[in-house]
Amino acid sequence: MVDRIASRSNETSLSRRGFLASAAAFGGGLVLSLNLPFGQSEAAAPGEFGPNAFIRIGSDGQVVLTMPYVEMGQGTYTSIPMLIAEELEVNLKQVRLEHAPPNEKLYANPLLGVQATGNSNAMRGGWKPLREAGATARIMLVAAAAKRWSVDPKSCRAQDGEVIHDASGRRLKYGELAADAAQMAVPERVTLKRPEDFKLIGTPAKRLDVSGKVNGTARYGIDARPPGVKVATLAQSPAFGGRVMSLDDTAATAVKGVRQIVRLDDAVAVVADHMGAAKKGLAALKIEWDDGPHAGLSSETVARELEQATLGSGAVAQNIGDADKAIAEAAIRVEAAYHLPFLAHATMEPMNCTVHFRDGECEIWIGTQAIARVQTMAAEAAGLPPAKVIVHNHLLGGGFGRRLEADCAVRAVQIARHVEGPVKVVWTREEDIQHDMYRPYWFDRISAGLDGQGRPVAWKNRFAGPSVIARWLPPGFKDGLDPDSTEGAIDLVYDLPNFHVQFTRVEPPGIPTGFWRSVGPSHNVFVTESFVDELAATAKQDAVAYRRALLGKSPRAKAVLDLAAEKSGWGQALPKGRGRGVALQFAFGSYMAQVAEVEVSKDGNVRVHRVVCAMDCGTVVNPDTVQAQLQSGVIFGTTAALYGEITLKNGRVEQANFDTYQMLRMNEAPAIDVHIVKSAEPPGGMGETGTSLIVPAIANAIFAATGRRLRKMPVDSNVLKQPA
Amino acid sequence: MAFTISINGSPHSIDVDGDTPLLWVLRDVLGMTGTKFGCGAALCGACTVHIDGVATRSCITSIDSIEKSAVTTVEAIGTTASGARIQKAWLDHEVVQCGYCQSGQIMSASALLASNSNPTDADIDDAMSGNICRCGTYVRIREAIKLAAQTNTKGG
Repeated sequence: MVDRIASRSNETSLSRRGFLASAAAFGGGLVLSLNLPFGQSEAAAPGEFGPNAFIRIGSDGQVVLTMPYVEMGQGTYTSIPMLIAEELEVNLKQVRLEHAPPNEKLYANPLLGVQATGNSNAMRGGWKPLREAGATARIMLVAAAAKRWSVDPKSCRAQDGEVIHDASGRRLKYGELAADAAQMAVPERVTLKRPEDFKLIGTPAKRLDVSGKVNGTARYGIDARPPGVKVATLAQSPAFGGRVMSLDDTAATAVKGVRQIVRLDDAVAVVADHMGAAKKGLAALKIEWDDGPHAGLSSETVARELEQATLGSGAVAQNIGDADKAIAEAAIRVEAAYHLPFLAHATMEPMNCTVHFRDGECEIWIGTQAIARVQTMAAEAAGLPPAKVIVHNHLLGGGFGRRLEADCAVRAVQIARHVEGPVKVVWTREEDIQHDMYRPYWFDRISAGLDGQGRPVAWKNRFAGPSVIARWLPPGFKDGLDPDSTEGAIDLVYDLPNFHVQFTRVEPPGIPTGFWRSVGPSHNVFVTESFVDELAATAKQDAVAYRRALLGKSPRAKAVLDLAAEKSGWGQALPKGRGRGVALQFAFGSYMAQVAEVEVSKDGNVRVHRVVCAMDCGTVVNPDTVQAQLQSGVIFGTTAALYGEITLKNGRVEQANFDTYQMLRMNEAPAIDVHIVKSAEPPGGMGETGTSLIVPAIANAIFAATGRRLRKMPVDSNVLKQPA
Repeated sequence: MAFTISINGSPHSIDVDGDTPLLWVLRDVLGMTGTKFGCGAALCGACTVHIDGVATRSCITSIDSIEKSAVTTVEAIGTTASGARIQKAWLDHEVVQCGYCQSGQIMSASALLASNSNPTDADIDDAMSGNICRCGTYVRIREAIKLAAQTNTKGG
């Protein structure tokens, strides 16, 4: 999605001269500024240099990287410094990371374009520019040393944060050279290390951000406590689009510790000394709501509208050959319809935002994946120019796409405008789940034609759902299509001679939708990998062998499929009630195959026992992070497959807390084996791949165990229950 | 009304309604933000503290119920033998991702280890299934508890 839009143009325009500049650091030292591919930052005029990342080498030798990618558990704060340290020849511990502020004085350049961390793009975007920046700084430091010693730079080398002149035995630390280095010319070109020379990249590295996370000292947005802060919680219209009709706050204002009630058009907030008083006050409010125009909305109405939309013509996402003709002439025709539900993000840290609205200025404390978006939208809500909005970013207690949105910052500003002094607005879990920006509901109508041997000769998929990109990044939506909605539905790894995919954008009324971990593929991979499994079953062929025969053009896909099959014991007998399911994808720049082993009980309950992942994600920067992210993605997707469903009734969300919106827990967690295929290709994304693939792997395993094909998620145990 | 409770060995006086959950006293009144808010209904375990050594959800524990009991939070769990071992195992085994739920995970795990020096998988399931982790660190949490238990039995 976002970064694909960026990288398409960066590939042709990437000129080092345009992407690096140097300057003397404030207080002595070297500053390199660079532009990391990040959303649509190339929206700046051609030739205009809009840096969004800075490397500062101080006179103490400390290397500080200020960059736009944020840490939300995915290990970026460890793997990104590895890229710089590798080429700069410093110890990993010498590199420190800072959140990029949108308006810190030292970096007066306004951050251009979209500043956001999402779509597994940090490592993919930073892979080349950050290594180039490290190499550039090293060359300039070596040049500074050579000049001071009056020797040829070629006779000097860099090692462990020092420049060394072997012939004379002289050495200088980077800190001693940083100020001089700033006066050296930025080299025209740099040569990057060959993979076999990597010292850090590919070696497991301890995470740099964890010690504060085991003793309670790590600070998340919700932990912000500016002096004098009050705490507020809120009730928003239960029905999307509704309004406050009447409010009786007599009992609420009588609660000890409650300071103020803020009434907005569509929400009421209780401001108090602490959250305990705010929640008690909220419970004591008597609010009557006008449910508004979507009062009758239900999941069924949304689904019906999508089903209807796929019968009409949509925007053609990809067409090869003549699918209609080939299906009509095929020996066997297969048709199916798939549904995917709305999902909430349920980050462990509930939504929150602290705002101090004062004379002509607004200060914000938040944990966000998209700090510039927060600044822009908060400024609009505050009626201030963006430069008057100061945003302090924090660690994120989970992102998963939810913190790419700025709706909570906007809401907090609306409340803070009525409050004297800083106020921390904290969503209860119920508000967090009932006022999310949901993973969309999607509907797919899909068909295929098989030849006499069961091999697919044609594939046709018509699907409908919203375009998150059209709202979030409008230029990304063109001619009825966007790259996120179709990722995983087109450019399949399989050989399909006649292929037609079309998308119809349908925005559900009232309910807001957003990015959710594994975005487009969270929908498309479930559909395509379930349907390929259906084709294999129709052809009465083994699910792995069937896929394998279609991978002539995809050797990397074949390699991960073979590896997953081998490591999972594919084909070996299982006890009754158990089954193995396979799924295969290319998404986020990485190839992966998974085999899930499930057990279905007589009452239809599903237990996922083991998941084997085989992955080719190109060059592995930090193997430990790859393993952790896959375990994480698999658990996240397993939760969605087994439990994930937000339903609408009477215009409102029916789920509210972890009792009605269930999460996978320790006692249900499968064993997860990760196997990595060695590769010298550029790194692929990691944070989301496990999530999209596990859902069809589980559904296919359930089919293997029971013969029941689940075309609607989540798993419905009533469908799987055996008759008594 | 005013209450005096013992937190991490020190007395604290607080003037709040008696039904105020301990979680908000810790976080908002005393500024001890290591204990996290996740659900407010004892469904996720993010707010877990020890009360007289027992893992307890502070989001549903009213301040007037504590009386003379000793409250221990994640800020001080490293001063207990089992807490220090759990924290070390968490770091050695790279358990943490976003980290938000980990205060609660560590409090549940250290209470388990303090009462059971060699927990089985079933013991770990029993003690830890009340703690949700959205990043899915369960596999490593299980391994880290076993790692900490090993150093326990070795007298480490």
